Amino acid sequence: MTRVGRWAVDHLVMVVAILVLLYMFLPIFFVVLMSFNAPASRLSYEFDSFTLSNWTDPCGPAGMCQSVVMSLQIGFLATLGATLLGTLVAFALVRHRFRGRAATSLLIFLPMATPEVVMGSSLLALFTSAGLSGKLGFWSILVAHIMFCLSFVVVTVKARLAGLDSSLEQAAMDLYANEWQAFWRVTFPLVFPGILAAALLSFSLSFDDFIVTNFNHGNTITFPMFVWGSAQRGIPPQVNVVGTVMFMVALLLVVAGGVFQRRRPA
Amino acid sequence: MSIAQAGVTTEGLTGPEPAPPVRRRSKAGYLLLLPGMLWLVVFFLVPTIQLMATSLYDPNGSLETGYTMTGSISNYWTALSTFQAPFLRSLLYAGIATLLALLLAYPLAYAIAFKAGRWKNAMLVLVIAPFFTSFLVRTLAWKSILSDNGFIVSTLKDLHVLPPDGRLLATSVAVITGLTYNFVPFMVLPLYASLEKIDLRLVEASKDLYADGFTSFRKVTLPLSMPGLVAGTLLTFIPAAGDYINAELLGTPQQYMIGNVIDNLFLVQLDYPIAASCSVILMLAIVAMVLVYVRRAGTEELL
Amino acid sequence: MSDRDTDQREQHDRTEAGADLTLTSITKRFGAFTAVDDLDLVVEQGRFFALLGPSGCGKTTTLRMVAGLEEPTSGRIEIAGRDISRLKPYKRPVNTVFQSYALFPHLDISENVAFGLRRRGVRDVKRQVGEMLELVELGGYGKRRPAQLSGGQQQRVALARALINRPQVLLLDEPLGALDLKLRRQMQIELKRIQTEVGITFVHVTHDQEEAMTMADTIAVMNQGVIEQMGAPHELYDSPATTFVSNFLGQSNLVRAEVVARDGERVVVDAFGSKLVAPTGRARRTEGKVWVGVRPEKVFLARAGSETGDDSNVLGAGTVSDVSFIGVSTQYLVAMPWGQELTVFEQNSGARDGFRVGDQVDLHWSAAHTFLLDADQDAHAGDESYAAMAGASAS
Repeated sequence: MTRVGRWAVDHLVMVVAILVLLYMFLPIFFVVLMSFNAPASRLSYEFDSFTLSNWTDPCGPAGMCQSVVMSLQIGFLATLGATLLGTLVAFALVRHRFRGRAATSLLIFLPMATPEVVMGSSLLALFTSAGLSGKLGFWSILVAHIMFCLSFVVVTVKARLAGLDSSLEQAAMDLYANEWQAFWRVTFPLVFPGILAAALLSFSLSFDDFIVTNFNHGNTITFPMFVWGSAQRGIPPQVNVVGTVMFMVALLLVVAGGVFQRRRPA
Repeated sequence: MSIAQAGVTTEGLTGPEPAPPVRRRSKAGYLLLLPGMLWLVVFFLVPTIQLMATSLYDPNGSLETGYTMTGSISNYWTALSTFQAPFLRSLLYAGIATLLALLLAYPLAYAIAFKAGRWKNAMLVLVIAPFFTSFLVRTLAWKSILSDNGFIVSTLKDLHVLPPDGRLLATSVAVITGLTYNFVPFMVLPLYASLEKIDLRLVEASKDLYADGFTSFRKVTLPLSMPGLVAGTLLTFIPAAGDYINAELLGTPQQYMIGNVIDNLFLVQLDYPIAASCSVILMLAIVAMVLVYVRRAGTEELL
Repeated sequence: MSDRDTDQREQHDRTEAGADLTLTSITKRFGAFTAVDDLDLVVEQGRFFALLGPSGCGKTTTLRMVAGLEEPTSGRIEIAGRDISRLKPYKRPVNTVFQSYALFPHLDISENVAFGLRRRGVRDVKRQVGEMLELVELGGYGKRRPAQLSGGQQQRVALARALINRPQVLLLDEPLGALDLKLRRQMQIELKRIQTEVGITFVHVTHDQEEAMTMADTIAVMNQGVIEQMGAPHELYDSPATTFVSNFLGQSNLVRAEVVARDGERVVVDAFGSKLVAPTGRARRTEGKVWVGVRPEKVFLARAGSETGDDSNVLGAGTVSDVSFIGVSTQYLVAMPWGQELTVFEQNSGARDGFRVGDQVDLHWSAAHTFLLDADQDAHAGDESYAAMAGASAS
């Protein structure tokens, strides 16, 4: 009886877990499905009939592909900026002593704990009071994205750096590497996976952001802005093509990264 | 406290000599900090202060004529009395969504940590995979899933859970479903991180000490996963309370949350003082709830 | 064989001319805590030198100051007469084998070993790396990653990585601490062999007294930031200078006594009514109150009232209170009339039957094995089992 009970409990947890995963994938199935949909009407969200035309003409809806390019550009620059600034801060936090450590940590923690609607609206309040409300666009979005990605970069890189055995750098210095060489030969290669993870996280946060962008975008249309705008008028099914492609590309990158890491001896 | 002291004592007796501090005090530290912290001060801290100031502006001003600082605390009363319902709805929806996310995430995180074996990494990838596509696109997919002629609604009608003319879309059920869905991964990952650290010998020890499976879960596994549980609920609750995408796409104005109100006031009504008051109230409400919650959960060191 | 001799001679020629390591008045404070207190130390060229002490005694800090990983608060460190106390670690002619090995996980074994040579701009490292891996018996492991090696193998890589640079002084920070007992014994012999082979000065930090005695030709016992005693292992063991050394290096019986007479060669003391004799050379104090000490294995047990030789010290009227059979020896605890328990180790030679709990016995030992220590010192200083028990009952 106990053996049967334990077996059931063991597998019950796994069965529930798989059901939850299915729940999490349900919308993804629908995104893929709807990318082959020929909607009967503009405001229809149901699968009406099968077509390949969304895939053969992905840039059909006016402005959609431009919005994807805009999101890619902002995502790339925001990732660059946030990763650079955040990595420097992470190094300072782990490797240096300075006054105001508690205040610094709080300032890094707060943006992660503030609802996006508050961050977005306060930036708008600042830009407006600075007389910039007419100039919002690419740069204001970029500034905002770097701001909310920064904390996540700091936390991610800091975790990797804190887990790094400081005796490795001491060993490098002991073996005739000066500070510069010790950093580039030992510290950086070992922290790099953390920096890469932070960069990927930044990119996905930036690419996907709607709320903060919505407050500060002026007339610039990112992909989420495009989706939002067209939700009122009827979503073009090509949006689901973009969603499917994004999903596939990201999954491919992760799987390739995993395979690459496994092939390298641990 | 006593555990920490005991740790120090045993280390003094048997461990290696205390490692001297590696942190250097130098100008370089400040230089590394400067650009990033400056960015956060200018584009996070100052705006937040500006938002607080805006919330006290004269409500009779407008964007064209400009605002004057009058210290109008009355803005807060206006905001609270006018938007009481969306405020309460935000906290209620976010609370229910957080609870549901926890119920879904715990078994998943537990299975990944202890039962997945060599599938552990694959399952972790599957947890974050839905993130790979756009938040808005995923939320719109729920619109299709919950649509009036969709399989879920028709199944529920067949089972007589829903009346023949009932629907899910444009109800609070749809909004909460969307919120739960969107933030489940935020719950799974910290839970997994804490569960994964648990030494399984502790669970074995509790079983050796006459705890059955459920008791050892309740007395050992659950308390040890508390840090992840607290982090996960915060990471779910905070963005859910401020979210307005789900209410907008899956609900109707009857389901509008405070995010919808703030968005509307700022971008459509252009009523900055009241909008800013709403933002500040939301922020303060969250901070207050988080502080109480974290204190009761006994994991202050998280902050 | 002759090749190796020439190599060794060359090595000696290059580093000789008194390449001693000299520490002068070295003090290191961390805030209010003084880790190393006005330390003076000379390590002669080519020695296998051990810094021995309990954790927190300042031995690792001392080592790190020599490596340049810690800056002394005051004092001078010199190698071959050159002041290196303010030099960066990478400018010093010393290399370190770290306690955790600190092998670079992203580099393979060859690149780990070649790291120092490459930093100094040596072009052709292949031959040297190969030779060095042979020396530590890891030929053919060059392409593996550190994580693929066992603890003992990683330890030898760390050694090779340091030795390949031919430092004037090699520093070893608890190098065997992470290995299990059997492997540790094996590596002790290995380290000793390699040191003899390369002839480089080894400074070895450890808290394990057996390890220090097995390998080192000179030991400095450190306690609370100062050196208590320095010398060859047998000198320290046979003639400890302080109660700390007498307890930390092996075990000792210390009995309260008072000096009653002395001449040129011997000091006579009275311990609870028994007259005991110690050679003057082993008396750290020759008047007033003293601890009279003897090692447990130097003591013989005899039935109460047996005859004794002339030069024997005798403490009588003990009762056997505990007998532990160890295999090669038996450990007795003997309760003395004044309430103290003394320890006696007896070889299980089979020449006679052992004693049982409750037997009345006398303790005999040769006067030559007796030492006298300052009675102001704590009789339990350096006694780790006593400290552990006191600590446990205190908390």
